Order: sequence, then C-alpha cells, then structure tokens
Amino acid sequence: MTREETLNELKTVIAPYTMNKEMLNSINDQTDLIRDLKINSANLVDIIIDAEAKYDIEIDYDSADKMINVGSCLDVITEKLNQK
Amino acid sequence: MYKEILNHLPYKSSFRFVDNITELNEDGVRGDYTLRADSFFYEDHFVGNPVTPGVIITEIMAQIGLVVLGIFLISKESGFSGGANEAMFPLFTSTEISFHKMVLPGQKVTVISKKQYFRFGKLKCYVEMFDSTNELIANGMFSGIVKRVGIKK
Repeated sequence: MTREETLNELKTVIAPYTMNKEMLNSINDQTDLIRDLKINSANLVDIIIDAEAKYDIEIDYDSADKMINVGSCLDVITEKLNQK
Repeated sequence: MYKEILNHLPYKSSFRFVDNITELNEDGVRGDYTLRADSFFYEDHFVGNPVTPGVIITEIMAQIGLVVLGIFLISKESGFSGGANEAMFPLFTSTEISFHKMVLPGQKVTVISKKQYFRFGKLKCYVEMFDSTNELIANGMFSGIVKRVGIKK
C-alpha cells in the first residue's frame, strides 16, 4: 500500500472525531491532530483503537505516544503493517 | 473495598453523587444515589417547580459509571500507593447522552455502567440510569481519564 493510499484510509478513521471536515480533505504529514483538527486528546485513543481494527495491527503505548501528527500516524501504521 | 473507593472520591457534600456501590468488577459497576430535596440546584431549577437538571443527571452517571470504575481499575493496576493522601483527579472527556424521563427531588436512581475499553489511561463506558421502577431515565457513552497527582506519567 502506498503512503497516499494509507493517508486516504486514515482520513476515514479520523473523520468521526473531527468537526473540521473541510481541513480533513487537505491534511498532510504536518497536520497536528489536536491543534489543527481540534480533536479532543482523549479521542486520540479512539483513533488508535479504530486504526488497530482497520489494519489488524496492535499499537503499543510507546508507538501511541508518537502519534501526534498525520505523518507520525502514517509512520506507525506502516511500521506495524510491515511487521505482520 | 467499596468503602475504600468511596473514600477516594475527590468530591464533597453538595457535589458528591454516589451513595452506594452495589456491584463492582473489571467489566462494570452498579451504584445508586438518592437526590436530596434540599440540593442547591432545586431552588432555581426551576423556580417553584424543582426538576433535576440534565447536567446533574450526567454528573451522577459520570461519578458512578466512570469515576468509581476508573479508580477501581487504576488501583487494581498499581495499588493505592499513597493511601488517603494520594489525590486522583478524574477528567471527563466526552459524552453523548439521551434523556428519557424526569427526575424529581427525593428520587433514588440506579446507575449501571458497562466498560467498553480501558486503554492508554482512558476509560469508555456505556452507562444507563434507571428509576426505582426500573424504567430508563437516561443512557449514553461516557469517557474520561484519571490523573494521579504526585505520580509521574
């Protein structure tokens, strides 16, 4: 799966948790989930759990800690997918 | 054990909405609270027509359904290291709730909470409130985290 494909899938995972739907269409690696997309920090846990279910991966505490912006989310998901 | 958790609730008198914990395990909690007819909010909500505010219903559900269970789960994980001196501050992070019936002064309500997950410090539960005839008063998804003061993350 290319990074762009993963990014498009990630948008569907994030969508239920942001009210900023317009910004969601133009996200890039630097987009900060909390600051830019105004996602409630506790809902990052839901995004992680939904991503685990979608990709059938397990995200540990240390990896979850890194998932601050879109780029780091893609890095963690790609890393976990490669480990499968 | 139930009593120890009640003692750990960081609320006092007018804002403590848990009387009894009747069931508590890793998957959920059941508890009750009886609304005091002389509670501060009845005087103004509404004048001459006291009805329990939705925010208070929400708070009762959060204190029993999230805070009691959250303290229990955290204490199972790591123990009450600091005893009564250790402060735990629950932070309510989100809810989506529907109200079905009114609650009047003096009524006893029972709250039943079922854990959806407890991960990365966040507890999410499906919480229901019933009246003494077992009719549904309110239900919804509740989420929160508990911060322990003096303990590093």
